Amino acid sequence: MSEIASHIAPPLPAAADKLKFYGLWVAAAAALLLLPQIFTSGGSLTTFSLIGISIIFSLSYNILLGQTGMLSFGHAVYYGLGGFLAIHAINIITANKLPIPLPLVPLIGGLTGLLFAALLGWVSTKRSGTAFAMISLGVAELIASSALILRTFFGGEAGISANRTKLLKLFGWSFGPQIQIYYLVAAWTLIAVIAMYALTRTPLGRMCNAVRDNPERVQFVGYNPHTVRYLAFCFSGFFAGIAGALAAINFEIANSAYLGAVQSGTVLFATYIGGVGFFIGPIVGAIFVTFLSLGLSDLTPVWQLYFGLIFIAVVVFAPGGITGLLMMHRPLLKAGTLTQMLPSYLIALVPTLAMIAGLILSIETTVHYTVNPGDDSHIKAFGVSFDAASPYIWAMAAILLIGGFFVARKTWTWVGHAWDGVTSVAREKGIAA
Amino acid sequence: MSAAIELRGVEKRFGEIAIIRNINLSVAQGERHALIGPNGAGKSTTFNLISGYMAPSSGSVLLRGQPISGLPPYQINRRGLSRSFQVTNVFANMSVWENLRCAVLWSSGQRYAFWKNIDNLPEVRERTAQILADINLTARRDVPAGLLTYAEQRALEIGITVAGGADVILLDEPTAGMSHAETERAVALIRRLTEGRTLLIVEHDMSVVFGLADRISVLVYGQIIASGTPEEIRGNPKVREAYLGEEAA
Repeated sequence: MSEIASHIAPPLPAAADKLKFYGLWVAAAAALLLLPQIFTSGGSLTTFSLIGISIIFSLSYNILLGQTGMLSFGHAVYYGLGGFLAIHAINIITANKLPIPLPLVPLIGGLTGLLFAALLGWVSTKRSGTAFAMISLGVAELIASSALILRTFFGGEAGISANRTKLLKLFGWSFGPQIQIYYLVAAWTLIAVIAMYALTRTPLGRMCNAVRDNPERVQFVGYNPHTVRYLAFCFSGFFAGIAGALAAINFEIANSAYLGAVQSGTVLFATYIGGVGFFIGPIVGAIFVTFLSLGLSDLTPVWQLYFGLIFIAVVVFAPGGITGLLMMHRPLLKAGTLTQMLPSYLIALVPTLAMIAGLILSIETTVHYTVNPGDDSHIKAFGVSFDAASPYIWAMAAILLIGGFFVARKTWTWVGHAWDGVTSVAREKGIAA
Repeated sequence: MSAAIELRGVEKRFGEIAIIRNINLSVAQGERHALIGPNGAGKSTTFNLISGYMAPSSGSVLLRGQPISGLPPYQINRRGLSRSFQVTNVFANMSVWENLRCAVLWSSGQRYAFWKNIDNLPEVRERTAQILADINLTARRDVPAGLLTYAEQRALEIGITVAGGADVILLDEPTAGMSHAETERAVALIRRLTEGRTLLIVEHDMSVVFGLADRISVLVYGQIIASGTPEEIRGNPKVREAYLGEEAA
């Protein structure tokens, strides 16, 4: 390497950094291996499998949204088609006794996603922005409605099922028990995450970022933004197909819900709530949203309403998502001023939680009177029983909600002042905040 | 030897209105050529027509004798013509380093490679570092382009334009909005970076134009009314009337 590059270019990672980097992946692999030893119940293994699938799906979505700046409303198409093809593949392999083991089936799903992305993406990726979003929505509706019409392939309302245990056995694994499915999902998750991370660090990956920032200028440095978007779309479809195939293997069924608007919406939620600006954002989002959707549905019948409220709150107050919020604190951590924020956070937390409690009380009471007016007014939400007909509850809800709102607004202003103080300290120490 | 850039009877109409009316222009290889004219004369439109941002309504544009009119901008860029923008047009969320590296990638043959590690390309690294040093932004290497000062963004704009090694460079008002000192630095930078290349520059600052250009063309109402050396242009009565005279008054 010449003088100039070694002086001016960003330093190449030293051996210690490389070790740290690879150590991270090894640690992730070890954690995935050990997880079932700590949480042994079948339920938690299913949850972990769903999280792994959701991580792959959300990361594949972020190739579009976060990395290339394309907002898709129809990403479930490639997930769903991957799932259907996986189920058909399992049935064909079983029927013909082909020497293909189950762990290779997700690859078939991935190739399906890739193929359909390659077919459907050429036109839609001509433009980004509104045109792309609308076309993605149209294509999604088209495929989702054909899933109900083309019964021989999609199985109509019931979907298509398969038995995953009758394929060629590897190491004597039948993939009947959930633990074996967990390991299958974990392995594919690790492979897919590494591959998608590597993709961000290639010439194509960087040109995706350039297209996101300024597609016009990209044309004047020799690149066709359409080709960049199209390739990103194909990769995204490939990994979505892997996720869909894993879901189909996990449930041993593929139905039209795989392809539908709810599935497309959920991946958008998870990715955005996690944070589109960071590679790990969608991973965080996938974990959070999977736990939330599994947990909330036990606690309240209107869990989707809360889901929507959380999404709105993230869009309005934390557009960088959970990861963005956490990353904001990194300079403070480096400057050692993070602890100075804690008192104001704790003070703000009290009225904010009070406001949220008031909101939940109001929502649940309203739900009682609008959705189930004939039922007993003693209801239970989030594990707490209360009488929805009691005026005391109404008064309490109003006081918590309104009082909490005004006090919270005041305290968050204090948080803002404290934030300005600690970030300027961090800046004085030469740490960019 | 064919001209670096040649415009033959180029017209651009938007509906009924002709913005560019029959431009004939020839820029020799290795020449520094300035395009001047009052506001609204069609200078930026001319740049858009040459760089492929727009296609001419009629007439043809030639790059080293090869017709390029109607080609998309990236095709023209790959043939060795690169332009800057009047309004800064960088990759705002990416660092200065990333901006310049994106501008180097195609010309170093990386195309749409998704199997190569971007940090493992010595030639790209070398050339990016060279450009970064050339535009004096080494200290700002890791700053997102959107957070640079105005003059720094203008320097980055020029850096992105020349980074791909194109031998025909079009600069659209590179010193607009700069202080006197900043302008001097920018002119020195342009002079250095376009050494041995062909330069076509749109500029309002007459001291820059007369200091930098080998030849000048004057564009008024979508037509070239004069082309010549700085002395010829200074002495041309039509130019004085249409343009320089207005400036003086």
